[in-house]
Amino acid sequence: MSATESRPAEQFPEKHYLNADYGIRSWLLTTDHKRIALLYLVSVTFFFFIGGIFAGMIRLHLLTPKGALVSPEVYNRLFTMHGVAMIFFFLIPAIPAVLGNFFMPLMIGAKDLAFPKINLLSWYLYMIGGGLALFSFMSGGLDTGWTFYTPLSSVYSNSAVAPAVLGIFINGFSSILTGLNFLVTVHTMRAPGMTWFRLPMFVWANYATSIIMILGTPVVATTLALAGMERLFHLGFFNPQLGGDPVLFQHLFWFYSHPAVYIMILPAMGVISEIIPTFSRKPLFGYKVMAAASLAIAVIGFLVWAHHMFVAGQSTYAALAFSFLTMLVAVPSAIKTFNWTATMYRGSISFETPMIYAFGFLGLFLVGGLTGLFLGTLGVDIHVHDTYFIVAHFHYIMVGGAVMGYMGGLHYWWPKISGRMYPDTLARFSAVVLFIGFNLTFFPQFLMGYAGMPRRYHSYPPEFQVLNILSTAGATVLAVGYILPIIYLLWSLRYGPVAGRNPWPSTGLEWQTDSPPPTENFHVTPTVTWEAYDFENRPDLGLDKPLKTDDSGRGHD
Amino acid sequence: MQLQNSSILPEQASNFAGGVDALTLYILGTSLFFALLVVVLVVIFSLKYRRKKQTEIGVPVHGSVPLEIVWTLIPLVLAMVMFAWGAVIYMDFRRAPSDTLDVYVIGKQWMWKLQHTDGRREINELHVPVGRNVKLIMASEDVIHDFSIPNFRIKMDVVPGRYTTLWFRATKTGRYHFYCSQYCGTSHALMTGWVTVMEPAEYAAWLSGGAQDANPAGAGEKLFTQYSCNTCHLPTGKGRGPSLVGLYGSKVKLADGTTVQADDAYVRESILSPKAKIVAGYQPLMPSFQGLVTEEQVLSLTAYIKSLQAPAPASEAPAEAPHMGKK
Repeated sequence: MSATESRPAEQFPEKHYLNADYGIRSWLLTTDHKRIALLYLVSVTFFFFIGGIFAGMIRLHLLTPKGALVSPEVYNRLFTMHGVAMIFFFLIPAIPAVLGNFFMPLMIGAKDLAFPKINLLSWYLYMIGGGLALFSFMSGGLDTGWTFYTPLSSVYSNSAVAPAVLGIFINGFSSILTGLNFLVTVHTMRAPGMTWFRLPMFVWANYATSIIMILGTPVVATTLALAGMERLFHLGFFNPQLGGDPVLFQHLFWFYSHPAVYIMILPAMGVISEIIPTFSRKPLFGYKVMAAASLAIAVIGFLVWAHHMFVAGQSTYAALAFSFLTMLVAVPSAIKTFNWTATMYRGSISFETPMIYAFGFLGLFLVGGLTGLFLGTLGVDIHVHDTYFIVAHFHYIMVGGAVMGYMGGLHYWWPKISGRMYPDTLARFSAVVLFIGFNLTFFPQFLMGYAGMPRRYHSYPPEFQVLNILSTAGATVLAVGYILPIIYLLWSLRYGPVAGRNPWPSTGLEWQTDSPPPTENFHVTPTVTWEAYDFENRPDLGLDKPLKTDDSGRGHD
Repeated sequence: MQLQNSSILPEQASNFAGGVDALTLYILGTSLFFALLVVVLVVIFSLKYRRKKQTEIGVPVHGSVPLEIVWTLIPLVLAMVMFAWGAVIYMDFRRAPSDTLDVYVIGKQWMWKLQHTDGRREINELHVPVGRNVKLIMASEDVIHDFSIPNFRIKMDVVPGRYTTLWFRATKTGRYHFYCSQYCGTSHALMTGWVTVMEPAEYAAWLSGGAQDANPAGAGEKLFTQYSCNTCHLPTGKGRGPSLVGLYGSKVKLADGTTVQADDAYVRESILSPKAKIVAGYQPLMPSFQGLVTEEQVLSLTAYIKSLQAPAPASEAPAEAPHMGKK
C-alpha cells in the first residue's frame, strides 16, 4: 500500500477484540458487537456458498434446451432454495448484520450497540431460522419459489414448506431486533460532538434500513405464518376453495418483500458513500441530499409493492397508482448516482480495491436501476413481467448492487476488522473478474427476457440456447471472482502486512482506533469536532491542505 | 419497423406490440443517455483528477443546490413521461372493446384447455383470425397460472377463484409461442403452446372442420338439469330462485338495495358463493356448488344461461336504429 508506506510503520496492537478472550464459549456467548459481526460473517458466507452452489447447478442445467442436469422436480427445488438462501439468509442480513454490526458503533464513537445481549439473541434467531431452512432443504426440499405464492405453497406443493416458512418467520425476529438495536444506538449512543449531520452516510443508510426492518418484517412473518396455517390446518386465508383470496397473499408478501430490496441496497449505497469520498479525498457531494434520499427511498419504498402485480388481476386504477409511485422512487436513486459521480469532481482519486468495487457498483447499479424503469412502466411490464428480463434486473440490483457494495465494504474495512492488508493487486484483479463475470452471466438474460423466455423454466425453446450458454459461461467466471477473495482474505489474516490504524486514510471515527480495535472500541471516548468526510480540516491525517481554494461549492449545501 | 427483424426485438404480431416496443425504445434511449453520461464523467474524472502526490487531497466542494434541483427535476419529468405513456398502453390493454370474439381459457396443472364460443375445444393450441378483436376469459382449476404471448407483448395471470381477461388483435398470420409465465409447480415449463393466427376464411373453415365438440350451452343445459338447478330457477320467476331468462347482461337488483351487472364473474360467483349477493325478493336458500362443479362446468353453465335470452325479439334492432339515426 503506497499510502501506508509513506507513513511510519505501525505495530500490531497487543490486546484487541480478537485475542481478548479465547475458546469457543468466548465466541458463542460474546456480547461484543465486533465478535457477533464475525459470527454473522461466517454464517452469511456459509449461506452464500450454499445459495451459490444451487445457482451453479441451475446454470449448468440450462446449458441445453431440454435441461442438462436434473429432473423438473429437482430444478424447481434448486431455484427456490437458491432464492431462499440468498435473500433471507444472505442478502438481508449481509451488510447490516456484518458490516453494520461491526462498524456502526465504531463510526458513532460508541462502545457497543445499545442492547448487546439482544444483538447476540439476533444471531441465535438467525441461526435457528437458517437451521430450519437447511432442514427443509434436506428433508424434501422446497419447490414453491422463494415468493411462496398461494395456493401453490399452501395447498399444492409436495415439499417441505412448513419448516422453511417457520425458519423465515423466526429469522424475521432477528431482523426486527437488529433494526431496533440500530435505531436506539444511533439515537442514544453517539459520541460527544457527533451530531446527526456529522454521521457518516453508512450510518444514515443503516438507520433508514432499520426503519424498514422494523415496519416491514412483521408483515411478511405474519403472512408466511398464515400460509403455513393454511397448509397445516386448512384455514382459508388465501385458498379460494376455502373462501380465501390468493391475490391477498401477494399484497401482504410484497408489502415487505419489495421494501426488502431496499434493505439490501440501502446499506450498499451507504458503503459506496463511504468509499467514494475516501478514495477521492473529498467531502461527499450533497451530504444532506444524500441522507434525505436514503430516507425517501425507505419511505416511498413502502408504497410501491403492488408493482409486482400489474398482471395479477388487481384493479386497473391500483396499477396506475403503483406505477406512478414506482416512478417516483426512481428519482432519489438517480439523485444518489449523480451525487456519487459529482463527489469525484476535482478530487484526488486513487484506485485501491474498494474503489474498484465502488466503480463496479456504480456500473451495475446503473443498469439495474435503469432497467427498473422498464418494469415500473405499465405498458412494458405487461410484456417483460415474469420473464428473464426481471431475473436479470433484480440480479443487477441485488448482486450487482448489494453484493458489490458488500464486497467493497468488506475490502474497505478488512484492515480494521483483521488489522492486516490483503494483496491489493490480486484483490483488484478479482474485482474486475467479478464485474466481467457478472455482466456475462446476467446481461444475456435481458435479451432472453425481452424475447420472451419465462423465468423458472426447467426447459426452454431452442432459440434461447445461445444466450443461455453465454450466461452459464459467465457464471463460471463469476464463481472465480467469489472464490478468490475467500483465499486471499484468509491468507491475509496470517501473512498480510500490518495495516495500521488508518491505512487509506479516511476521516471516520472507526479509523481513529487500533486495527483491530480493542474490545471497548476506543481507549478514550472520542470527541468529534469535524464534519463527515472533512479532509480539509484534519491535520491528524498527515495530508496536505487543498492545493486550489474553491469558492464555488462551499456553503451551498 | 426494421428493428423487429433483428435479434433485439422479437416479431411484432398484435395491436399492442408496436406501442410496447416504441415505449421500450424510448426508455432504452433515455437510459443509455444517462448511463453513458455517468460512465463518461466517471472516466474523465478518474483520468483528470487521479492522485498525483501521495498526500494530496481534493478540492473541498460540498455540493450545489442548483445542480441538485436540475438532477432531481429532469429524471422526474422523464420518469413521468414513461409513467403516462405506459399508463395509456395499459388502459387500452385492460379495457377490451365490446366487439370481441370470446374464447374461454382454463389453466390447470399443467395444461391449457381452451374453448371457443361455438364449442370447438383445443388443448395447448389457440386458433384465432387475423385482424379480429379476441378476448380470452380465463379461470384456473388449481394454482395461479399466467397466459403470456411474447410476440403479442402481453400476458395476464389466471387466478383461481375469479375470472381474468386478456384481449388482443392479432395483426399477422403465423404461429406464435404462448407460455405459462407464473410458476405453477413441477411441469410449469411444459405448460406452453402455440397461437395460430389465420386468415378469416381459413379460420372459419378451421372452426367448422374437425370433430364437432359439444356446444357449451348444450352441455350447460344438461348440467342445469343434472344439478336440479331447474327445480328452483323456473323460467316464470315463480320458483324459489329468480328466473334466469334474459338475466345475462342485465342489471340485477339485490336485497341490499344495490344493483349489479350480470356478467361472467357474477354468474360464477352466484354458483360458487350464492350467499355473496342475494337477488331482491328471494331468500338465501341456494347451496354452494363450490367443489361440486369444475371451472369448465361453470363456463358451460354460464354459456347456457347466456343462451336464455328474453323472448322479446322486436325490442332490440328496431328500437336501436332510429335512436342511432337521431344522433
